[in-house]
Parts: sequence; structure tokens; C-alpha cells
Amino acid sequence: MINLTVNARAREVDVEPEMPLLWVLRDVLDVKGPKFGCGIAQCGACTVHVNGEPVRSCSFPVSAAAGKRVTTIEGLAQGGRLHPVQQAWIDNQVPQCGYCQGGQILTAVALLRKKPNPTDKDIDEAMNNICRCGTYARIRTAIHAAAKSGKVTA
Amino acid sequence: MGGGFAFGFHLPAVNAQNVAPEINAWVVIRPDDTVIIRYARSEMGQGSMTSAAQLVAEELECDWNKVRVEYADTNAQVRRKRVWGDMAAVGSRTIRQSQDYLRKAGATAREMLIAAAAKEWDVPAAECTASSNVITHGLSSRKTSFGKVAASAAKLEPPKEVTLKDPKEWKIAGKPVKRIEIPDIVTGRIRYGIDAQLPGMVYAAIAQCPVFGGKVKSVDAAKVQGRRGVIKVLPMQDFVAVVADNWWRAKEALKELPIGWDFGGNDSVSSESIMKFLRAGLDDQSDVMVAKRIGELEQGMTGAAKVLEAEYFTPYLAHVTLEPQTCTAVIKDGRVDVWTSTQNAEATHAAAVATAGVPLENVYVHRMQLGGGFGRRAAQDYTRQGVQIAKAMEGTPVKMLWTREEDMQHDNYRPASLVRLKAGLDAAGNPVAWYSRVSAPSIIATLLKLPLKEGIDPQAVASFADQPYSIPNVRIEYAQRNPNVPVGFWRTVGHSQNPFVRECFVDELAHAAGKDPYEYRRGILPASTKESGVLEATAKAAGWGTSVPAGVHRGIAVTEAYGSYAAAVAELSVNDKNAVDIKRLVLGIDSGHVVNPDNVIAQMQGSAVFMLTAMFWGEITIKDGRVEQSNFHDHRMMRLREMPKVEVVLAPSGGFWGGIGEPGQAAIAPAICNALFAATGRRIRSLPLKNHGFDIA
Repeated sequence: MINLTVNARAREVDVEPEMPLLWVLRDVLDVKGPKFGCGIAQCGACTVHVNGEPVRSCSFPVSAAAGKRVTTIEGLAQGGRLHPVQQAWIDNQVPQCGYCQGGQILTAVALLRKKPNPTDKDIDEAMNNICRCGTYARIRTAIHAAAKSGKVTA
Repeated sequence: MGGGFAFGFHLPAVNAQNVAPEINAWVVIRPDDTVIIRYARSEMGQGSMTSAAQLVAEELECDWNKVRVEYADTNAQVRRKRVWGDMAAVGSRTIRQSQDYLRKAGATAREMLIAAAAKEWDVPAAECTASSNVITHGLSSRKTSFGKVAASAAKLEPPKEVTLKDPKEWKIAGKPVKRIEIPDIVTGRIRYGIDAQLPGMVYAAIAQCPVFGGKVKSVDAAKVQGRRGVIKVLPMQDFVAVVADNWWRAKEALKELPIGWDFGGNDSVSSESIMKFLRAGLDDQSDVMVAKRIGELEQGMTGAAKVLEAEYFTPYLAHVTLEPQTCTAVIKDGRVDVWTSTQNAEATHAAAVATAGVPLENVYVHRMQLGGGFGRRAAQDYTRQGVQIAKAMEGTPVKMLWTREEDMQHDNYRPASLVRLKAGLDAAGNPVAWYSRVSAPSIIATLLKLPLKEGIDPQAVASFADQPYSIPNVRIEYAQRNPNVPVGFWRTVGHSQNPFVRECFVDELAHAAGKDPYEYRRGILPASTKESGVLEATAKAAGWGTSVPAGVHRGIAVTEAYGSYAAAVAELSVNDKNAVDIKRLVLGIDSGHVVNPDNVIAQMQGSAVFMLTAMFWGEITIKDGRVEQSNFHDHRMMRLREMPKVEVVLAPSGGFWGGIGEPGQAAIAPAICNALFAATGRRIRSLPLKNHGFDIA
């Protein structure tokens, strides 16, 4: 048995320790926000936070998340209030198909925790997730907008 | 900002019209004043779900904040004699081909609601008006709401004729309304095909024959039986499925499963053999059709002061939707339920009917958001597989999902195309003769298996057969050559490749004539053409002709695509390592009317990333009958840090309805390559650019 906390809820799973966290979340715990895009940690659609750090859950064994806090896109809004990054994504109409956007948002949230006022270069370096629809220009704008809103806190 | 999107996993009511007053097939109004607008096509990020609802809402005179959108159901579509018309979201046609009946549906519903209120008040309907869900009788100042009169309005005869608004009067359409499903995307609530979840569901991973056209010869199922979670091994004709209690276990077992394939002799096909085959198509005297003939080509060439010749090549390309192909299905008691990401729900319905062998009325297709489409999800190979597996597991819901590798290696690819061009210029440098021969596969003949009219696949010769320049002698030929690689509709289809060929060759002509490439085009484009207008607007916005810093060079291109007109100006520099620094990409579009300007801008920005990815790195190559690329480590995708500055010029000239999702890509590759020529003197006649040593800086 492996114990972990998913979106503030304690969970216990009976799976192989090497099973990727992505598939434990999706197929065992029915948490569908993290998406499958490549399976080799290239695209970032599967991004979740483990103890606040972004990880690519398709290539992250569930055993490495034992005893840790996992946050998916579903767990980002608090008390019915959108996270400022989510709000910036709406205000700037970032998503097209949206499939990568949970991963993009969680990657942006982690960036803003470390660098509350990121430069374009900081964004270039941190935002390495693939968006096939090509929403990159709006992702950049939305991250700057979220930073300017002054509402992003750790 | 209002709007909302109703999705879910509930089985749809067979007679949705009984749930709330249905004014017509497109408009349902609940007693609480909620306006439900039905959407028949698909949403894959192109924004049409919102734009279509804007058009209905505009004529309906409803309150946009009260609008909810739900998918039209394919089962009801069957029962109601295709009341929603075409359900396919392909060819950038959702708005341009449904705008008329969508607006009429809104206007008809409005007139019926007004008539119901007028009847209740016993006044002439002409004395009443509707605005923002409220109906007012001006003379008596009486008011009522849509919700209150909807039930009686639903019983009235619809008016035979309605007058549609002049777009100048639009209040909801034509405005940058926020997209309906975005709040559900940013919270992770939205459900894609891959997210279908049913009680007792099992999971299937599949392996298809790595060589196109091959078959399964042998499977040693015993090797994986007894593995944790493995339920069943299903050998099908051309693929093998492993079914397990979660997808990861199914996929891991599949890796260990010994499968023997019969390649059917196709394992000797290679990119080299394909090129040889296409090249023969350029020289062959037979099996060549004439797609367009103006004047006398030979006469024009003979009289020319200068003749230019060139060959251009564009490669096979994969769609690479970020959500791999997937289909969830359950067959029980003769009923088939399918949950999938599809660009054509009716085709999905038909594929399920044919595969399961049940009557049309017994199939239910549950519409999901698409994790990208780009033309890939028009074909229904994955639906047939999902239903085949569900049939073998009758009574149990099965979710089938492809790996990225399966997806990249079993696509229907943008056709490779080899084009020979020849042009004759008069003494002033203007073209007097133009010849193109396209040697390429036909999507229509091979994927759709439809007969070609006079042997011509219009996509293969798009933008040649209908080129806008005034040239007195033209001959366009098509040699249909179909190598053993499946082809399909890849975003912008023929216009994703032929404008590159045409507009780069026009640049060659301008250079030979010693003229500025913008002025040269203006000289040979009739002023009446829409191309001329959008070219001018884009060149002006880009500051064509103004000075640029040392080392920076410009390129320009223009074309029609999907009923719209697109132009591009690229500004770039190239360093000594062939790193291309794109300073600006100015993209102009004339789509006639604009339903949602912010969405048009988004589609143009996205088109830039899609085309830059393709033109710098995109190619599918074949060795031993199979695709060499497999995943993002060997098939590069543009990243955020590589995206250049894109400026969008909306130049709507009104009076027509053009597409939005695809035209944006069409002019980009030639504008970039023409700028590369200006910068380096190297004429790029094949893509991708990585094969010429170029990369994005």
C-alpha cells in the first residue's frame, strides 16, 4: 500500500511502486486533470505538483510520491476561488483546445512562487511544456498579468 | 463573462425537446430564462462553439450571460432526419457553412417568442420587441421574459421568412466574447475523450502493424497472461489489443507480448523509393490530368524573353494532436455507446454502426472536448478499433488509448508533394506563361475512397488551379501518385504546402525581373482581387519598403485559403550558424465578416506556431515500410521560447464568410523562405528547413 495526499485528501493505493503517478491519478483515483501526451516527460501535459514542485507525472513513479502532497489542476482553486493564474488564463483567453493547459498553469504557478515578477527570459526557461495549438504568446502575457495582479502568493 | 458549457457523462435524453421548451432544434429556453443553444459541430480549440452560439444569440436577442451551449446529439440527429445538418468541424467551415441557418434559427425563435407574448397580451406582434431575454410591448410598457413565454412559443408555427440583421447592427456577434468552455479548461473540469469514465470500465492498449497495410500473423498470448491486471489479449486483423484493469498495465503487458506480422511485401518502401515514384510522376506522359488550362502554354513560353524552371518538395507531416487517439465504447443489449474526441460525430456514429452491426437508432455518440484535431479526428480508424474491442468484450465498457508512438506512426499524413514549375516572362519581367505539374497522393481517392472528378484532387492542386495573378497562358497538371503511406486532411491541407511553392516561385520571378516582390505582386494581381486588398493592408502594417536595421530582411506572400485571404510579412536575420532570428511575423487576414475578433487573432497566433513547427522541423520519413519518427524526442515541436512576435492584421472587407482555423498558416512558409532568400541568397525549394541547416535562433 502506498499513501499519498491528493488535492488535500488522504489516499491509499495498492499498485506497483513503479507505476507512474499519472496513471495512478487518472485510472485508480479518477483524477483526470493531468493528461497523457507523450509518456517520456517531453510535453508536460501530465504536470502536477509534488510538495509544491512541478513534476512530469508520466515519468514519476508513484512510490516517489509516497507520504507527499500531490496537487493537480483540480486542486489549485481554493475555497471556490480561482488561483490568480487561472484567472489570468481566463482574462487573456489563453487556451485553445486546452489539453496542455492544466500542465501549463501548474508550471506557471511554480515559476511565480520562485519568481513573483518573472522576466521574459525566466518565462522562456521555465515554460517548456508543449502546446500544439500554439498559445505561447498568450501564456507569456497571462503570466505577466498574474504577476502584476499582485495576488500570487506562496 | 457569461456563457457556459454543459457537458457530462449522462446518457442523453432521447427526446431532449421534452426536457425544456424547445423553440426549435437549436434553441431551448428553460422557465428560469436559461437559453440553451445547441452546437452540432465539434470544439477542438478553434472557438467555433462560441462563435456559432454568438450568431444564434445575436438574432435571438437573448442575454448572453444566460446562454449555455450543449452538443446536438447524433442519435436525435438520426431520429430527426438530420435536423442539425452537417456535424463535421473540418475545412474551416463551421461558421461559413452554417451561419445562414444558425442566424435564421435565432431569428425564428425570437419571432415565435414575441408572437407568444403578443398573443398573451392580445396585441399585434409588430408592436412588440425583444432585447436581452425581455419582450416589451412599447405602447403599454408591458414586459415579459423569454422563460415565461417559451412553453407557449414552442407550440406556435415558425414564421416562414425572417429578416436577418445587417452585421453593422451586431451586438454579440462581431465582438470579442470570451470563449464558453475556457473556465472549465482552467479548472480541469472539462472532459476530453481520454477522460471518459464508466463503472466497471477496463482499458485497452493496442499495437498496429508497424508496416502500413500489414496484418497480424501470430500472437503468443501466454507470455502475458497472468500478469497483474491483464484481462484479455485480443488479436484483430491488423492490430493487437491487450485489455487490463488500468491502461498502464495494458501498455506494459503489450510491450512484452510477442507479435508476428505479415508485412504483405510493403516493408521495402522508403522515403527514397517514394521520392523516385513521385519524380517519375513529373516526367510521365500518361496518367496525368490537366486541372486548368488558360490560353496556349507552349505559345506563351516560346514568346517569352526569359524562362525559369524549378522543382519544389513538401514532406509528409503528422497531425500530432496532443491527446493521442482514443475511444471508449460499451455494447450491451444491442445498444452501442461511444465516448470519443471526434471532428465528425456523424462519421463516428456511422463507424460505430458499421463496426458493431446494429441499426442507426441503436448508437449513441457522447461528445467530448477534443485535445486537438487539425484534421486527424475526421478519420474514424480509432472509433472502429474501439468498437471492435468493445464488441469482443461485450457488456463491459472499454477505454482504448494509443501511445504517442502509435499515434505518430499510424496517422493519415499530410501528403508529400513534388511540384515542377516553369514560367515565361516578357521583356518587362511580367509572367506570360505558367506551368505547374503536381505529383502527389490523393486524399480524396485513398482516404475517402471517392472518385475524382476528371482525375483531379482539388486539394493537390489548390492555389495553382485557382491562382489569382493575371497570366495569359497557364497549364496546371496533376499526376496522382499514391505511395503506400496513408494520407489525410492535415490542417490547411493543400494550402499548407502549395502556397509555399507558388509564392516562393513568384518571388523567383520577381527577382528575375529585378523588381521588389511586393510591387511585383501588385503589378500582376488584378486590383479587384481580395488578395490585392489583404496584401496591401499587411504590407502597410508591416512597413514594407521602410528601412530595417542592418542584417534584417523581409519576405512577403499572399494567398486565398478556405474562403478567406491571407498575407504574411516576415522580418528576420540569419547568423553565420544559420540560426534564424524571426523579429516579426505580420499576418493579415480578410475573412469577410468577423464573428469573434479575439478568436481570429488567437487562431492566427496558433497558426504561426503550427506552421513554424512544420516548416523548420516537420517531416515524416519512411524506412523499411515504417515511420522513422516516434515521439517528441525525434519529432520536434516548437516551444514557448522559440515563438516569435506575431502581429495580426484584421482586414475584413465584409460581404462574405471566410474560414478562420486554417487560412492563417497558408502564407507563412513562403514569407519566411522569401525573407531567407533576401537574407542569404539561398532559394529554399524544399521543407523542412532543418534539412538546409537552418534552425530557430
